[in-house]
Amino acid sequence: MSFPWANEYKPSNPFMRYLDEKLPLPRFVYNAVGAGYPVPRNLNYFWNFGVLAGVALMVQIVSGIILAMHFAAESTVAFASVEHIMRDVNAGWFIRYAHMNGASMFFIVVYIHIFRGLFYGSYKPPREMVWHLGLVIFLLMMATAFMGYVLPWGQMSFWGAKVITGLFGALPVIGTPIQTWLLGGFAPDNAALNRFFSLHYLLPFVILGVIILHIWALHIPGSSNPTGVEVKDEQDTVPFHPYYTAKDGVGVAVFFLVFAGLLFFAPNFLGEPDNYVQANPLATPANIVPEWYFWPFYAILRAFTVDFLFIPAKLLGVLAMFAAILLLFFLPWLDTSAVRSGHYRPLFRKFFWFGLIPTIAILGYCGGSHATDGIVLISQIASAYYFAHFLIILPIIARVETPKPLPTSITEAVLGHAPGATLQPAE
Amino acid sequence: MESMASLTEDSATAGEEQGGVRRRDFINVAAASFAGVGAVSIALPLINQMNPSADVLAEASTEIDLAAIQPGQTIKTIFRKQPLFVRHLTPAEVASAEKVDLGELRDPQSLEQRTKAGKKQWLVTMGVCTHLGCVPLGAGEGEVKGEFGGYFCPCHGSSYDTAARIRKGPAPKNLEVPPYEFTSDTAIKVG
Repeated sequence: MSFPWANEYKPSNPFMRYLDEKLPLPRFVYNAVGAGYPVPRNLNYFWNFGVLAGVALMVQIVSGIILAMHFAAESTVAFASVEHIMRDVNAGWFIRYAHMNGASMFFIVVYIHIFRGLFYGSYKPPREMVWHLGLVIFLLMMATAFMGYVLPWGQMSFWGAKVITGLFGALPVIGTPIQTWLLGGFAPDNAALNRFFSLHYLLPFVILGVIILHIWALHIPGSSNPTGVEVKDEQDTVPFHPYYTAKDGVGVAVFFLVFAGLLFFAPNFLGEPDNYVQANPLATPANIVPEWYFWPFYAILRAFTVDFLFIPAKLLGVLAMFAAILLLFFLPWLDTSAVRSGHYRPLFRKFFWFGLIPTIAILGYCGGSHATDGIVLISQIASAYYFAHFLIILPIIARVETPKPLPTSITEAVLGHAPGATLQPAE
Repeated sequence: MESMASLTEDSATAGEEQGGVRRRDFINVAAASFAGVGAVSIALPLINQMNPSADVLAEASTEIDLAAIQPGQTIKTIFRKQPLFVRHLTPAEVASAEKVDLGELRDPQSLEQRTKAGKKQWLVTMGVCTHLGCVPLGAGEGEVKGEFGGYFCPCHGSSYDTAARIRKGPAPKNLEVPPYEFTSDTAIKVG
């Protein structure tokens, strides 16, 4: 793993030497996120977001384990037990708001992490496995977030559970039996609530496991960097610790500032007031929308309004929504350009900033709005562009684009050609 | 001397300035301290959440009507989710409790100290053995009262007398008297 010039772990303390022989866990940590992991010296702040996602996951796990101490997964008392957490449990409001907004923070961070990968071409070989494992984490996160949203057993919880399991009902023949099987009934009730709670508790630990694989796979080629030029020699790297532990520390501080601002000053800003009304199987809320991080996908789902050939519109929407994510698994082979970084790809960059990003923003806006005719029409156009971007535009760009000249090395990109330019240790 | 030599060598490599202290050390200490204060201030509510919540504390007081309890009779009720014994002592039991020499007791307390003024026939104690928390026998009809006529713990054989004081066995203390007051002649409020 890693580069031949990586620092070697040499414990000086006799106990640490003993531990290194019996259980080399400190060596493992040293090589993974310590001074033993050489990292390109030119990473910008976009490279903070992997660590931030890990921090966000830990916040969710800690606050979630605490919430599970006070929550009752039973349909007649679940709603009341959440109110009990909010009113009676010491600092319960803080822990629940941290968990609610922590989910949003996790998605914000992960979306920026994904955009970083899309812009800088991090998905390209030799890191395609890192990209694929990341997408698996993203899918697991979406499942976990959805099931967590059902637990408070408010109106949005109930109708969210009904609508999302209803997606599976769109499948021909097996659809309805699958939906009934998922729910353990004909509508969301105690059985669904209990299994969602069980899985909501399990999946974060599965995510943690896949994150370990994600980092493992990353450390084989080593981190990418904003130039997209691979590391050539020792000059191109600095040890992860202290250089990037310090830089990540800055990011973590900013992350917690934003998080605290949301938690203490606008804890319900990203939520839906309808979820403070207990689940009622007889009345659907007037405007049912998912949490903000699902809006773009929800817009794609609703964009399909007419049957195509023998496929009903309902099924088309569901397939398109899943395809919007599954498509990303094929990205390493759709974008065949040899140049990784968007910095050196003028055409790619135009379509990225003026095509893909606005499209996703528009889809997000449409997904969060009431489904009027106008909104649906915009969603249809934006959905069409989304798929076209990956399936048509990217492969064409890769063929016709003339990339800008790449620096010969990371060090050259940092220091330029100045003849006297040499490395100085930061002191 | 050897260790001294290696120590000075270490500090010489650690810092260029006099005394082995670098300006950067200040930044490191300041950053770590700041993070430490943050971590502690987050940890406090996360620990505090395991304390009894407001609804549990709200259950912590209970009212009991004494009118129906005959002399010689004990009722078992619940205070803070634990058994509470309310015993109407007979004059003979009062006399037997008062006759004991306090010097002989493991946890010396008179019956007067353990009851309210002028109400010494009303003995209100927790039904929790002070050894390891079992419920002593002697409150229910026909239960063993132990050799001192009060309560007897079946777990490890602690015997309490008619003032619920420990007389024999491993328990260290008398049965606890919870805070309570008479709201009328025939009613008490515990907690």
